[in-house]
Amino acid sequence: MKADIRVALVGNPNTGKSTLFNVLTGLNQKIGNFPGVTVDKKVGYTQLPDGRTAEVVDLPGTYSLYPKSQDESIVFSVLADRSNALVPDMVVVILDATNLKRNLLLYTQVADLKIPVIVALNMMDMAAKAGIIINVDDLAMKLGVPVVPISARKVNGIDKLKEVISNTNHIALQQSSIDVRSIAPQIVDSISTELSIENPYFALQLAHQHEHLKFLSPEQSDRIEQLELEHGFHSQKAQGAETLARYAFINELLYDTVKTPATAQDETFSNKIDRVLTHKVFGFVIFFAILLFMFQAIFSWASYPMDLIESFFMWAQDALNATLPPGPLTSLLVDGVVAGLSGVLVFVPQIAILFAFISILEDTGYMARVTFMMDRLMRKVGLNGKSVVPLIGGFACAVPSIMSTRTIENWKDRMITIMVTPLVACSARLPVYTLLIALVVPADKVWGIFSLQGLALTAMYVFSLLSAIIVAWVFKLILKSRERGYFIMELPVYRMPRWSNVAFSMYDRSKSFVLQAGKVIIAVSIILWVLSSYGPGDRFEKIDKKYAQTEYTFNFNPQDLKTLIAREKLESSYAGALGHFIEPAIRPLGYDWKIGIALITSFAAREVFVGTMATIYSVGGGDGDTASVLHKMRDAKDPKTNKPVFTLAVAFSLMMFYAFAMQCVSTVAIVYRETKDWRWPAIQFAYMTVLAYVVAFVTYHLLK
Amino acid sequence: MKLSQLEVGQKGIVKEFTDLEMSVKLMEMGCLPGEEIRVDRIAPLGDPIAIRVAGYQLSLRKFEASTIILHKN
Repeated sequence: MKADIRVALVGNPNTGKSTLFNVLTGLNQKIGNFPGVTVDKKVGYTQLPDGRTAEVVDLPGTYSLYPKSQDESIVFSVLADRSNALVPDMVVVILDATNLKRNLLLYTQVADLKIPVIVALNMMDMAAKAGIIINVDDLAMKLGVPVVPISARKVNGIDKLKEVISNTNHIALQQSSIDVRSIAPQIVDSISTELSIENPYFALQLAHQHEHLKFLSPEQSDRIEQLELEHGFHSQKAQGAETLARYAFINELLYDTVKTPATAQDETFSNKIDRVLTHKVFGFVIFFAILLFMFQAIFSWASYPMDLIESFFMWAQDALNATLPPGPLTSLLVDGVVAGLSGVLVFVPQIAILFAFISILEDTGYMARVTFMMDRLMRKVGLNGKSVVPLIGGFACAVPSIMSTRTIENWKDRMITIMVTPLVACSARLPVYTLLIALVVPADKVWGIFSLQGLALTAMYVFSLLSAIIVAWVFKLILKSRERGYFIMELPVYRMPRWSNVAFSMYDRSKSFVLQAGKVIIAVSIILWVLSSYGPGDRFEKIDKKYAQTEYTFNFNPQDLKTLIAREKLESSYAGALGHFIEPAIRPLGYDWKIGIALITSFAAREVFVGTMATIYSVGGGDGDTASVLHKMRDAKDPKTNKPVFTLAVAFSLMMFYAFAMQCVSTVAIVYRETKDWRWPAIQFAYMTVLAYVVAFVTYHLLK
Repeated sequence: MKLSQLEVGQKGIVKEFTDLEMSVKLMEMGCLPGEEIRVDRIAPLGDPIAIRVAGYQLSLRKFEASTIILHKN
């Protein structure tokens, strides 16, 4: 879409910036990447009252232009770099009216870059409720920019904001807040002259941030470094002096324009809730109760739509088999594409429900309290309070969870979190566990309430979290870091979740899962179909010829003969050859070559295991009916010993293998994208595969 | 007196910092010399703590709190 002007949204975290963005752009937005860095770029469009279209760029929430994380570093680059394709025509700085002082720090920094600025004063209703009186006109006059009171949640003042955007011209009108040059006069002057920069604050920021700015050439950066040495520039001292000067300006400004009561009301309300939610005992009890409820919901609520999706695809497969002429193309469509599609879509209900919970917990402010409660525990094993969110998210899918580690400022904490998140039992392991548990664990009840199968599944989940924590602790001992960890975090007041945001997050995450993981899974399904339907050389023809001989046609009935042929064909197919090839390696774990095929295909995505089992056993059965995989696996017998293949030892050994092995192409790809270094996904893949083999081996021999 | 020595509910006024790197981060978040701080809560496991400063609630670790020196009163 072509836009007439570009508006950037800037603000502190928890100020309602995303809500304002959603209100302005509706669903008319797309998520991409900022060039060169892995920071999500959200862009949308809005219609202005004068008929023009404005492109709105949502920049990551930050407390200042001095970045503490990768996400935050993008803000200064986008605002200051005039050659950037995304350079905005104007900036809307969104301020939380209930906490103007801290919010204004970022405003004064942005304003000093001399880009046209509009202030959107959000949460005016909350401020009024808390008894905070703001003289908006006076504030606007003193700042020299338009100040628009809004309430993004209640969609108040948005029309007025759009009107002001369309009336704002391209000249920056704001008053200067502080004398920037006086902080470090020599360095500001010399950088301004040498790089011909007019804006002194831009020059000062270059002195601070030149090492990390992509738009500076290496020569420019080196020159700035040299100038800093010449003039004895000390970055932290200069930043401290600047912050003090800005707050002095802000205090004076607020003294004249804002009246605040001694204690705000929502603050005391939040404190009352916190007395319970972060209580020594109840705090943890409630947290675990919420987790338990979440999993209960994911498993029981999701089962209805999942059953529907499954029976729809079963019906579709039968219908296609009945209507289409038999042949390789029909087989490819039914057993390859449709089966693969079903394997992807069946996860959507679980992913949607999990992200509904995560977004509610984040929106209400509860997630920050979880971080607060868990930090000490997490730090002991080399993680961080903020690692709790990715770890919990890992129960759904490691891919978005690894993306969410960007909020962890400390490099080492972030790397360890990324390394162990794939160990948490994600939803792709669920169908594997469910199938294997149903095979070997009886459906009995313990004490009349807990089902044995449910307990086995819960044990696998708890086990996954424990293994993640133990591995994290090992990484803590190995990884070296010079960087100091810190934990300075705002605890936002409790609020009601915004249901439109929750719905949007459910839609957005499900969509990206279907698009990203779906491609891989369907491709694997098709490859697998080819591998199991064709064999090297003329082996298939030989089998047909062999069974056409009279000694077979005479001695067997047609049905048994068909089964015999199909089994021998699978064994001679490419898939069978691969399975046989790795069989010596997996024999010690108790697996045969058929399971070997499933292991190979699962290295693309774990859930492919179930589909592979379905393919192998329905191909092996030869009659092509869609009876459930479970029965076929239960009936599966070792052809030599005639004993069942899936014993308790084999099933648990397999579950352990799936618990540890890095069988997910999407995760490997995302780890590379987030770390920008092939060594990390390589180390992760290696340690997980070794662990998987060793633990599966031990399990098999203990239970055998 | 360090901030980390205050009990829940006690108040103090920030005097200075003992750690430059930490002070820059704390000041950005509104923990400035002259500002009043009240300890609102201590996490269930004894660390971190939650303080009220500049009209909002901030959590920080005990170690970070120990770099903030308060005025005697």
